[in-house]
This record gives sequence, structure tokens and C-alpha cells, in this order.
Amino acid sequence: MNLRRRKAAALLATAGMLTVSACSAGSTDQDENDGGDGASAASGDLSIGLVAEPANLDFTTTDGAAIPQVLLYNVYENLVQLDQEGTVVPGLAESWETSEDGTVYTFELRDGVTFSNGEEFSAEDAKFSIEAVQNDWSVSLAAAMDIVESVEAVSPTELAVTLKRPSNDWLYRMTTRIGAMFDEKGVANLGTKPIGTGPYTLRKWNRGDSIVLERNDDYWGDAPGFSEVEFKYFADPTALNNAFLTDTIDVIGTVQTPESLGQFEGNDDYQVIEGTTNGEVLLSMNNESGPLSEQPMREAVRYALDNEALLETCWAGRGELIGSMVPPTDPWYEDLTDMFPYDVEQAESLLDEAGYDGKPLRLRVPSLPYAVACGQVVKSQLEQAGIEVDLDQLEFPAAWLQTVFTDADYDMSIISHVEPRDMGAVFGDPSYYTRYDNAEFRDLLEEADQASPEEQVTLMQDAAELLSQDAAGEFLFVLPNLMVAGADITGLPENAISESFDLTSLGRE
Amino acid sequence: MVLRILQRTAILLASLAASSILVFAFMAVLPGDPARVALGVNASEEAVQGLRSQFGLDRSLVVQYLDWVRGLVTFDLGTSYVTRAPIGELIADRLLVTVWLVVCAMLLALVVALPMGTLMAVRHGRLSGVVLTAFSQLGIAVPAFLAGILLVAVFAVKLSWLPANGWTAPADDPVMFLRQLVLPVLSLGLVQAAVVARYVRSSILDVLREDYLRTARAKGLRPMKALVRHGLRNSAIPVVTVLGLQLATLLIGAVVIERVFVIPGLGSLLLDSVSNRDLLMVQDVVMILVVAVLVVNFFVDLLYLVIDPRLRTGAR
Repeated sequence: MNLRRRKAAALLATAGMLTVSACSAGSTDQDENDGGDGASAASGDLSIGLVAEPANLDFTTTDGAAIPQVLLYNVYENLVQLDQEGTVVPGLAESWETSEDGTVYTFELRDGVTFSNGEEFSAEDAKFSIEAVQNDWSVSLAAAMDIVESVEAVSPTELAVTLKRPSNDWLYRMTTRIGAMFDEKGVANLGTKPIGTGPYTLRKWNRGDSIVLERNDDYWGDAPGFSEVEFKYFADPTALNNAFLTDTIDVIGTVQTPESLGQFEGNDDYQVIEGTTNGEVLLSMNNESGPLSEQPMREAVRYALDNEALLETCWAGRGELIGSMVPPTDPWYEDLTDMFPYDVEQAESLLDEAGYDGKPLRLRVPSLPYAVACGQVVKSQLEQAGIEVDLDQLEFPAAWLQTVFTDADYDMSIISHVEPRDMGAVFGDPSYYTRYDNAEFRDLLEEADQASPEEQVTLMQDAAELLSQDAAGEFLFVLPNLMVAGADITGLPENAISESFDLTSLGRE
Repeated sequence: MVLRILQRTAILLASLAASSILVFAFMAVLPGDPARVALGVNASEEAVQGLRSQFGLDRSLVVQYLDWVRGLVTFDLGTSYVTRAPIGELIADRLLVTVWLVVCAMLLALVVALPMGTLMAVRHGRLSGVVLTAFSQLGIAVPAFLAGILLVAVFAVKLSWLPANGWTAPADDPVMFLRQLVLPVLSLGLVQAAVVARYVRSSILDVLREDYLRTARAKGLRPMKALVRHGLRNSAIPVVTVLGLQLATLLIGAVVIERVFVIPGLGSLLLDSVSNRDLLMVQDVVMILVVAVLVVNFFVDLLYLVIDPRLRTGAR
């Protein structure tokens, strides 16, 4: 901006403030002209409001759901991807075959696919990407690739991956961020310049505000509906709702205040979407030390909680009760809510059995909306059953990670575990903060991973039942996938199952 | 005069050094490990240690402190733990936004407070004075974020006159820039105006009671004219002081207001960095705010010398 324009802008700014009313009157006119859509018209065809902005765009070194939410399936593509039903479907691989013994996967790759830097995608890139996860990635998720023995680019369109042992989980993990395909020449500036084969490319990142993707005209597949999509970030849920109400955004991607949905429901201008996620809200318990290392104490906690009332109070009744660590969209989901029905008398007699001395349990919750809301309810319900509770709020993520997660200095906490199929991650490792140590459970998981798909389902169900029976934690509910959008927006994903906010199916009527 | 300036400079430098130690110490005792936060819940202890050493967090605190100060003095703010980008660039972008906000709010506060405070003083005891004073009392009682929420509810959500939040660079779209600026500047500035007006009022009331003003009026000058000719300069000293101090309040107010109005300024950068334990970034941002406040107060001190010749002799 040259000096004259800058001066003019400064003058305008001052004038604008001095004559607020005049300025406001002017704005009303403009609202009518552009349909009140000033911000999104300028910066994109579709604007989606989300809560957590990525700190950088490099998910090989930075954890968290915010980066794959924007980039996966949109900018980066995988060999195999996850559809809305949770089924593994072809991505950059047209098809794949598994060897008799389940250790060799042979992928037939699509021809004529290019990265957004112009490089062609081939089996060499796939080999590079998989090996990079093993060698260069520093986030913990990379461990899922440890099972790979070797990768071979048989031909430019054929890739053979050999596993150390059969694993059902590995192919599933290939649909997550660790299966994203990179170009060797495109990884110099992962944090700011993502290069993928996807239907969109990164156009602009306004730090602290928004990320804008634009359609990749050289995309190999069907062109997506919107030429530009803006992800706009709001740390404050009220600001997010206000931005939607004032037409700054077209979609509230994740509703953080379910009690506010009332204002959108029953209005023809809006659609409210309520699906499910992978986020099991867990009342975690310290299985190793403190009063809850005793199973009768943990069972007492489970009997003492009225999950239905809890969900009603702390998340406006939105979400689904589960009874174990499995979301309804997983193939081995069973409703286990009857295993520990609400029964205060049962809880009290278990407390007697355990010789509970009335010492308060330390409930240390992260400063997240659902955890804070549910913490209060858990405390009051437990106290009605005679269990004293000290409720602490720990700043999330840093303070919670330190106290509860790293030091396991807690009796109970409340956190949503959002990773897909994370029963093993949360309870399969005795050094994890839940400190659940059960060899039988771990054997079941390992058996399930190597079994046939049908057996896998049965074995995983056994594992989930065992977990629930042991009262390893109290599984409060699965977080709902709540979205609000203008009535004309089509193709919004009902369930948030993959790590991606998949833009490819979106359109406007 | 020179001696006084040297004295003030020495105080400024000592304050800066002391603040840097305080800021660093606060960061050091903050719970939470930056490397753990960056790598997430499932990261191995090994990976966390690796990142700690990459960030230099495994060195002694003294070495870390000296390294940080050396960076500050040479204008090298370092690399963010979280974004892995140069902190200087990240802060520069955000600083520009906050400066717009704070400067506009300060201007608005002055434009409202000077006439309002003067009127409150001159009409002291009369109904109009009492009403104005009551208004300013209300302004002081309402926190800026509450004012912001109310303004949004009325002017954005209810009336749809202005956007509820957001920020557009003036170069990209000047009209949108102005529209988005109005509500945050009003919420910050009006609250400030109320505070400043009270100081203007009491300062002018003091001056009105001074002998020289009585003399001036006895000579036949009308009250307002006497005030303008002989009083304003003297009443300016406390007001200038307050403006200096209010800058700190404004900066703190801006942190909250940026969150309410989703403005990507220094305040939101600070809040995000604290929760991500981007410690170096937090230290740098806080230091910049400290420097801003101290330097402004330094100039306020110098300004006294200009306004009030009595102070120049150094015999205060």
C-alpha cells in the first residue's frame, strides 16, 4: 500500500470512529447488496468455522487433530481412505491384494496422478512416504508403521508392502495421517507449504485467523464443489456462533455449546447435523495407585453414576451412551451400558466391601468445555452415593498433560480420547496414564489384530467386554458430531470418523 | 535537564533488566513441558527428550536466560517451539494489528474524555455535571469484554449493522477493515474514555481552585477563557501521567478484546502461545509489551519536563 493510500486509510479509520452512526448506516446498505456475506464472498466460496487452529501444517512433527482435519484427503491423499460408514475404500490405490499369510499387501496405484508441484506420483513416492514415517516422523502415531518390514516399488504403479506379522490394524492406520502420500521434493517446508495430490491446494494461511484452500485444477479425480474453502478459527464458542449468525461463516464445523443448538433448530434457514465421532468421553481412573486401584472401588464409581442424567446435564443430551471404549461406528461396537446400571445401593455396599474411609478422590479435569461441565455432575452424583470428590480444573493441554497424563498424579479425570480405534492405545499399555495392566486384555487385542476380519470383530468385542467388566474406567458417552450450516449447503459429513474434514462431497444447492 | 534524562534512562534500563528476569522466572515455573505439548499424548519419553534438547530446554536456566537476553538485544527473537517459524516475523504481523486497535482506542478515549472531563469539572455541582459523572462511573464499572459482548449482541447479532468479529487488513479491503474495527475500538475506547475523563475532571477541578486562576478571573476573564489560557497546561500533567499508565491497561484490555472479536493480534497470539507452552514466544511477547509500557512511561516522564518548567531544575 503506498503512502497516500495508507494516509487515506488512517483518515478513514479516524473518521469512521468519530462517526459511528453514519458508518453503521452505510454498512447496512452494503449488507443488503452482498447478501450480508461480505467476508466470505471476498475470501472463499465456502467458509467453515472451527475451534482449534493448527500451530503449523507439519503433522510429521506436530500432534493434534487440527492439521489432518484441514489437510488430509483435501490436500494430501492416502493409498486407502475411509468413507462415511467407516469402510476402507480406494484412494490413490485403485485396488489392493493381501497375500495368503496376511503379511504382504500389493497395491495397484492410479496412473496419471500428479502432485501440486507438478511432479508425478508413483510407487517410489509411496515407498518414500512410508519409509519417512518410520525414519523421520517424530510424533507418536508413527509407531503404527513400525510393523512394516519392507516396502518395494515393483513398478511405477505397483507397490508391495511386507509386514512383520499379519495386522488388520495396519491397513486401517493407512487411512489416517500416517498414510498420507508425500513427494520427496515437496517436503522441504512441510510446516507452511504442503504439497500433495489432493483436490485442493493451500492458497493462503492468515495466522491466527484462517486457512484458505483453493481447488486444484490438475486434480486426477472429480472436481470438488467449491473453488475456495476457508477454514476460520474461533477460540471462543460464542464468537463462533455469532460469526455464523452474522453470515461471516457458512458452517459451524464443530458446535462447542450444544445448549445453543436450540436457536438454530426449527429454523428453515439452517440445518443442524447430529452424527457421531470417535471421541469417547472417558472418566479415566488410576488403576495402579490410590483408592481406585481396588476393583470394588472402581465398580462403586460405575454404579454410582447415572450416565443418562449426566449426558443430559453436561452436554444437553447430545451424544450416545456406550458402556465401553468403542464408538458406535466401529464394527465391533456393542451396547454395554447395562453392565453397570445406575444403582446407588449397589455402589454403597461395594464401598463398604472395599473399606472406603471417606477420603476424597481427586478428580482432575482439563479446562475443556465438556470436561468441566461433566466434572461438576460426576462430583455431585458420586457424593450422593457417599464418595467424596475434590474437583480440580487443570489448564489444557500443558498443565493437564503434566499432572494427569505424564505424572499420573490423579484418581479420576475426564477426557475425550478422539483417536480412532484407540482401545488398545488407552488401555493396552500399562505405562499409559490409565495404568491399566491386564495381560489377558493385551492378548485379546493382539490376537484380534492377526485374526480374520470376522474373528477380529468377536475378539475385539471380548476385549471391550473385559475392559468394561474390570471397570478400567467409566465410559461416559461418545461426543456427538454437531454441525450447523446454511440450509443450502449439501454433502456435509454426518459422522466425523476419519481424521479429515473431507471437503470433496460438499456443494451448494 | 541532561542529568534528569540520564537518571530516567538508567531507571528505564534497570526496569527492563528486572522485568526480563521476572518474565523468564515465571515461564520457568509454569507447569507443563513444551516438548510434551508439541508431541502429544502418545509420544515416547525418548521423543520428548529429543525435542527438549532441540529446543535447548535441557540446558541450565542461567544459560537459557542469558541466551534469550542476548537474542533480545541483537533483535533475534528465536524460533517458535510450536510453529517452528521465526518469532520476529510472527510477532511483527500481530503487533501491527494490536497497534491499530490500541491507537484507535486511545484516540477515541481522548476525543471523548477531554471535553467530557472538562464539562464535568466546569459543570461541577450542576445537574448536567452530575449526569455526566454518573455516566463515567458506569463506564469505569463495565469491563471492556462485557462492553464488547453487549455491543456485539446489539449491533451485530440483533441489528446486523456491523460484523460480530474478524479482521481484514486495511490494504485488502479498507471498508471491511473499518467495519470490523468499530465494535472492538468502541468497547476498548469507551471504557478508557470513562477512566480518563475522571482524571481530566479532577485535575481541572484542582486547577480551578488555584489562586492564579482566581486572580485571572478577578482580572475579568470569563471562567472558560481563564481555564483555557492559564489552567489547561497545568491540568495536563496528571492527565498525561494517566494516559501513560492507561496504555498498560489498554494493552491488557486488547488481549481480552482480541479474543472476544477474534482479532489476530498480539493478545490472541499470547493466549495461544501460553496454552501451547510456546515459552520462548510468550517471553518475547510479554517482553515487547513490557518494553512498550516502560518506554511510554519514560517519554511521559520526559514530557513532564517539557510541560512543567519547574521540574527542569532537578530540584523536585
